[in-house]
Amino acid sequence: MSTAQNSAPDTAPATHADYQLSQLDQLEAESIHIFREVAAEFEKPALMFSGGKDSIVMMRLAEKAFYPAKIPFPVLQIDTGYDFPEVLETRDHWVQRLGVRLIVASVEDAIANGIVVDDGKTSRNRLQTGTLLNAIEENGFTAMFGGGRRDEEKARAKERVYSHRDDFGQWDPKMQRPELWSLYNGKIHSGEHMRIFPISNWTELDVWDYLGREGVELPSIYFSHQRRVFQRDGMWMSESEHNPLRPGEVVEERTVRFRTVGDITLTGCVESEADTIEKIIEEVAVARITERGATRGDDRFSEAAMEDRKKEGYF
Amino acid sequence: MDLLRFATAGSVDDGKSTLIGRLLYDSKSIFEDQLEAVEATSVSKGHEYTDLSLLTDGLRSEREQGITIDVAYRYFATPNRKFIIADTPGHVQYTRNMVTGASTADLGLVLVDARQGLTEQSRRHAVLLSLLRVPHLVLCVNKMDLVDWSEEVYERIHQEFTQFATKLSIPDLEVIPISALNGDNVVDRGENSPWYHGPTLMHHLEHVHVASDRDLVDTRFPVQYVVRPKSDAHHDYRGYAGQVAGGVLKKGDEVVVLPSGMTSTIEGIDVFDKEVDEAFPPMSVTVRLADDVDVSRGDMIARVKNAPKPAQDIDAMICWMTNAPLRPRAKLAIKHTTRMGRALVKDIQYRLDVNTLHRDQDTKELGLNEIGRIQLRTTVPLLCDSYAKNRTTGSFILIDEATGVTVGAGMINNAS
Repeated sequence: MSTAQNSAPDTAPATHADYQLSQLDQLEAESIHIFREVAAEFEKPALMFSGGKDSIVMMRLAEKAFYPAKIPFPVLQIDTGYDFPEVLETRDHWVQRLGVRLIVASVEDAIANGIVVDDGKTSRNRLQTGTLLNAIEENGFTAMFGGGRRDEEKARAKERVYSHRDDFGQWDPKMQRPELWSLYNGKIHSGEHMRIFPISNWTELDVWDYLGREGVELPSIYFSHQRRVFQRDGMWMSESEHNPLRPGEVVEERTVRFRTVGDITLTGCVESEADTIEKIIEEVAVARITERGATRGDDRFSEAAMEDRKKEGYF
Repeated sequence: MDLLRFATAGSVDDGKSTLIGRLLYDSKSIFEDQLEAVEATSVSKGHEYTDLSLLTDGLRSEREQGITIDVAYRYFATPNRKFIIADTPGHVQYTRNMVTGASTADLGLVLVDARQGLTEQSRRHAVLLSLLRVPHLVLCVNKMDLVDWSEEVYERIHQEFTQFATKLSIPDLEVIPISALNGDNVVDRGENSPWYHGPTLMHHLEHVHVASDRDLVDTRFPVQYVVRPKSDAHHDYRGYAGQVAGGVLKKGDEVVVLPSGMTSTIEGIDVFDKEVDEAFPPMSVTVRLADDVDVSRGDMIARVKNAPKPAQDIDAMICWMTNAPLRPRAKLAIKHTTRMGRALVKDIQYRLDVNTLHRDQDTKELGLNEIGRIQLRTTVPLLCDSYAKNRTTGSFILIDEATGVTVGAGMINNAS
């Protein structure tokens, strides 16, 4: 377990004579507004929580939006069976501290029950989609909060904050509802649901700035550590029982950290000495490759990889 | 560091994508893998230069057609400011997308080709920005390199636009001669326009004063959500959560709750686990009142001597956003601040020609992407201001109750 090195400063915006909010406070206010709109207008929302940095920002915002009341909706996690143990540990700490209900939908169970088919070629990341849609249906969720950001990827740059999903869970980029001012339209028909992206307007750097400011717990794998890794497709991959070596691949020990957390078989790490949030912020500020381009095998398959997966109902 | 949201509109021909590409590139907001992907695609398509529009045109159908269809949001930052660009298409059939992009913008950027001067499209963009009350407008006279950096050309376009702008509501205008392709006056000044003494585009974006664009006088607090912990530690806590839409709320203020008209005093303002003395736009806060008055979502907290009058007869400008035309007698759902209700279209007064500003009073319907003035009667009273006074309490959306789709965007002229 790791927490930000700096102690949490006074997080209430200072009331200045010029009545100005910093950009981070503006983003926070906008996101909290979205959380409250959804809690007020939807019958059964839930928050998708991966334990990654974006979903930790989401938990923090939800905590603030309803304080001193508890977060008025459950947290849903899709367990791929290939998750990093450090991430699951952080998840449990957060859930415990906030006293929110955790629902775990397991890809293993979905395979066992024939909900998704593991043909040995499809990545766990992809099998998550069917597992997620099934969990939404089973629980009758009408709104799913996600930590997607528009700066991550081109298809996401055009996605709405309230992103409509039809009764097959699919996104239709050509039929998106206009979204004006801060007036969000939450009308859905039975069987449909809405994906909600409260941190749409945050960048990777904003996320790190905010985590540094808030001083909240993050999975330790974001920080520089020693790990046994090997090279695959130009990425450093973690040694793991789920990740059998292919001919020619050699395991060595390196000082690394992860920029994103996902399926252990697909998520690469980068060599880094950044062991505090401050050092990570420095690193992110000068990075020349996007976080997904650098370390996510699942987004590299084609130029429209994300758009295609989103249409199917991916996060 | 503060935040500036700006909207751009235009087609590939104007050099808009090149300009955005340059802002992103010169502020080092494009990543190597993004640039490599765009370079590879440009080569495979046989382009002679790197097509920076590929960076912004994100959807498959857009890349296939080579046009921008939807609003794309882009982000970059300089040491002084973070910027959110709402990048929208310029053609008339995408007016609704331009309106969407402009709705949240502090500043609008209109591009003209120096060789062509003002076109119908650039006039339309200015009209839409004015209609949406975007307080700052920048006219970029682009492709100055193709007119030999002629001061005379710049002056002519400047004057023509200033004359046209007198018919609009544009409180702040800057006209900047640029070459997006070569970068002159975008981030760096260059040596081609010694006669131009105004700011570069980036300098202007970084320094334009937006703090005064908010209304800090007329207190408006639409209640979003009632926070009731029902826990032992906070047994009696009852707070009204929302985002300040106007004015400044202070501890101790005498306030009125609308539409009930009950009065009370602000006992405290909470931001998470801290109490603050004041709240102002766009802060998200939780307000506690001294008295046990009935307050729920959709209500508004305002000052006793400065509160909007609940109104059900609404006179508004509408941008119609769906294929089936809007006709009198239509019944629609309406969302205004945190309040939902139903609305009946009583009359369509005129259709506004956004190219000529002509008001067509003979029409009795509004088609997709058309803008007009209408009269509505709502089932619930709206707690509203004119859009000119407050963009949050003066705006609403109309929703088709059968399909659930957002079909109209409204800006209130007056209400009674």
